[in-house]
Amino acid sequence: MNPALTQRFPGIRLGLIGGVSLVLLSLIGMVETFNQREIISDLISMGQTLLLLTAVFIAYLAAKRGREHGRAQVFGASITAGLIMAGMLTLLVLLGQAINMRQVFINASPVLFQILIFQQEELWAGIGLLLLAGALIGFSAALLCLLPHWLRRVITTGLCSVAGVGLLQDLIAPILSDWSLLADFTDLLFPGNGLSISGAVGLFIVVAALSALWSFRGQALQTRIKALPPQSRRGLNFAALLAGALVMLVLPQVLGLFLSEVMTIVGLYILLGLGLNIVVGFAGLLDLGYVAFFAIGSYTVAILTSPELGFFDWNFWQALPLAVLFGVLAGVILGVPVLKMRGDYLAIATLGFGEIIRIMVLSDFLRPWLGGAQGIGKIPKAAIGGFEFATPQEIYYLILAGCALVGFISWRLRDSRLGRAWMAVREDEDVAQAMGIELVATKLLAFATGAGFSALSGAIFATKLGSVYPHSFNVMISINILCVIIVGGMGSMPGVAVGAIALVGLPELLREFAEYRLLVYGAALMAMMLLRPEGLWPEATRQRELHEEEDAVRASKLAEGSAGPRS
Amino acid sequence: MPMLEVQGVNTYYGNIHALKDVSIEVEKGEVVTIIGANGAGKSTMLKTTSGLLKPRTGSIRLEGEDLTRLRPHEIVMKGVVQVPEGRRIFGRLTVRENLEMGAFTSLDSRKNHENIERVFTLFPRLKERSKQVGGTLSGGEQQMLAMGRALMSDPRVLLLDEPSMGLAPILVDGIFDTIRRLHAAGTTILLVEQNARMALQVANRGYVLQSGTIMMSDSADKLADNEMVRKAYLGEG
Ligand SMILES: Nc1ncnc2c1ncn2[C@@H]1O[C@H](COP(=O)(O)OP(=O)(O)O)[C@@H](O)[C@H]1O
Ligand SMILES: [Mg+2]
Repeated sequence: MNPALTQRFPGIRLGLIGGVSLVLLSLIGMVETFNQREIISDLISMGQTLLLLTAVFIAYLAAKRGREHGRAQVFGASITAGLIMAGMLTLLVLLGQAINMRQVFINASPVLFQILIFQQEELWAGIGLLLLAGALIGFSAALLCLLPHWLRRVITTGLCSVAGVGLLQDLIAPILSDWSLLADFTDLLFPGNGLSISGAVGLFIVVAALSALWSFRGQALQTRIKALPPQSRRGLNFAALLAGALVMLVLPQVLGLFLSEVMTIVGLYILLGLGLNIVVGFAGLLDLGYVAFFAIGSYTVAILTSPELGFFDWNFWQALPLAVLFGVLAGVILGVPVLKMRGDYLAIATLGFGEIIRIMVLSDFLRPWLGGAQGIGKIPKAAIGGFEFATPQEIYYLILAGCALVGFISWRLRDSRLGRAWMAVREDEDVAQAMGIELVATKLLAFATGAGFSALSGAIFATKLGSVYPHSFNVMISINILCVIIVGGMGSMPGVAVGAIALVGLPELLREFAEYRLLVYGAALMAMMLLRPEGLWPEATRQRELHEEEDAVRASKLAEGSAGPRS
Repeated sequence: MPMLEVQGVNTYYGNIHALKDVSIEVEKGEVVTIIGANGAGKSTMLKTTSGLLKPRTGSIRLEGEDLTRLRPHEIVMKGVVQVPEGRRIFGRLTVRENLEMGAFTSLDSRKNHENIERVFTLFPRLKERSKQVGGTLSGGEQQMLAMGRALMSDPRVLLLDEPSMGLAPILVDGIFDTIRRLHAAGTTILLVEQNARMALQVANRGYVLQSGTIMMSDSADKLADNEMVRKAYLGEG
């Protein structure tokens, strides 16, 4: 396509991109699968929401591009984009009527087409509605683009929270109706499948009002807090920390069995992520065999505690230190041969290490000791006195304690001398050495610490499941953990938690996502690279790097002011 | 006893014999330069001195103390600090953080603070930019930062690897001016340069390195007058 044309009419290019995405979302079956869940009863389903959000986002981008050419272009670009997207879906529907596409695209079913034309009996009426929707989406996106920043944020926050509450209705409704006071309210909000219309409007108004209040008052509040004397500010921080800890402690009691189970899974990933964050995020060593240490922790606990093998009869607490110790040793053993490797070579070598461990535990030769493909079962639960960590709600506390410990250690390490050495090695190994940093010890300590944390989570994983199997430790675990820290923000500890919730927690909550998990991962990673390469909750250094261009612009402006030659 | 004494050093990259029986001496407070063409072995020489490369034979001594078997970080702690070729600063860290990283081996935080101030007096430009990230500095500023960072550890011998490389002429003047000031303040410097003219102007003595062998050594003035040096390195005749 003529580049000048797409420059002039950004709506065309973005509309085509958006159209392809929408057709793709439909053809891979996401729209239909997600359609069982209504976001707002009898009005809009999750499948339609998916299409709608994509379309609005693309149209908004088009509107933003159009802004350079004046107000008319804002509407022009985004309505063009909206219409093109709707047009491409129309083509899909028409094509589906004319020929049977299901030979190739098994998801191109009549049900899908019915969804796309708003369940209209009349094909042409439906198509008319679809095109109208496209134009409306473009129009609203343009309006959104022209609104002042704060108002836009208020509206998007409101809409997103409606979508979010609708999405998570299965989880929210039972929790709310547990409280007898709220039972009537719950019925009002969730009459059946999805939010009621009045409920959705009410929710939108409440959230939008809160968000507006924050836009106007938040700034003042923040400056007021900043103006506090350090002592009372420290007190405030402490109080916030205490409140957060309390919430974390009562959470499983409030949220019930299913959500607690999800939280234990997320928690395990946070533990693993914090460990890998030290290796990859702090020290910059790309380790793709990280799951090996997880396996070593799990198997150590299994071998030492399970009566099935009959070698040892330890309890969890006796086995735990040994599991961590073996993890640390394995970290060093892996570290020594790969000390000289960098970047890609390191990634491949560690990948191999992960596979070696998995194949070892799978092997028939070692079956008497490691259980082979059947794995090892009957791993006892951890217990303190008479209290057993058996249900998800109880295991949650074990994991919470682990996360708190590992989080604290990571935090102290980051600001330590060792943490600075890791940072130097991450930035430039050769210069780090010239600064007097001992490479060998610094790298080995990174591998060992990360491995120890991984083994700790492996140990908890073994007692949580009660059994270990080789297939639990495949390379996908390493990749998932790496995704968690990339999405959360390399080197950032809160980022690990955010990444784990987004990539591990949400797919667990939304069963529909399970089938598309990898697709969603891929899309999330790409979206992150494009929109927020520093991660959801970035570490300060990384954020600086990725906004370097802006800094450079600012710097050169500064330099113009001050005289003096520059190379 | 010389401050730094490199004696009969042979360094290899696999089969490539990069330094052939090289010996040099640097007295306390002296600026000594090694000039040589691209690929002569200048960087190899500095890396061997700072322990990043291990010589197959020969020895390196600091005031008589043998450094040959020490690891790179131990050599830094002894006070031999290298400013690597090509202005390798930490691009994502701020100027101040870069400097702090230079003081990694020193645990005395008050002295580190003094050293930062000292570097800022030497390079006022870095003070203006102390919160800016290294990667956004200009080439000249990056070279200042690389030198300042090395000064943070109070080196007894400063090894400079082609500090003028790739800089505009006016900035090259600035860098050599800094070297002069450091010399005046008593710093011992081993300077490796392709820019022989400038290097011989600031140095007390010089060595000519060619294909891994020391061809000549003399006072800087005499070398600058030498027929062969003028032809090969000063582009005259
Ligand atoms: N890592 C290396 N591996 C193999 N040969 C090298 C390596 N580094 C340098 N050399 C060779 O050693 C010689 C000296 O290199 P170097 O010390 O970098 O020269 P200079 O700094 O004087 O330009 C050159 O011939 C170069 O090709
Ligand atoms: Mg060189």
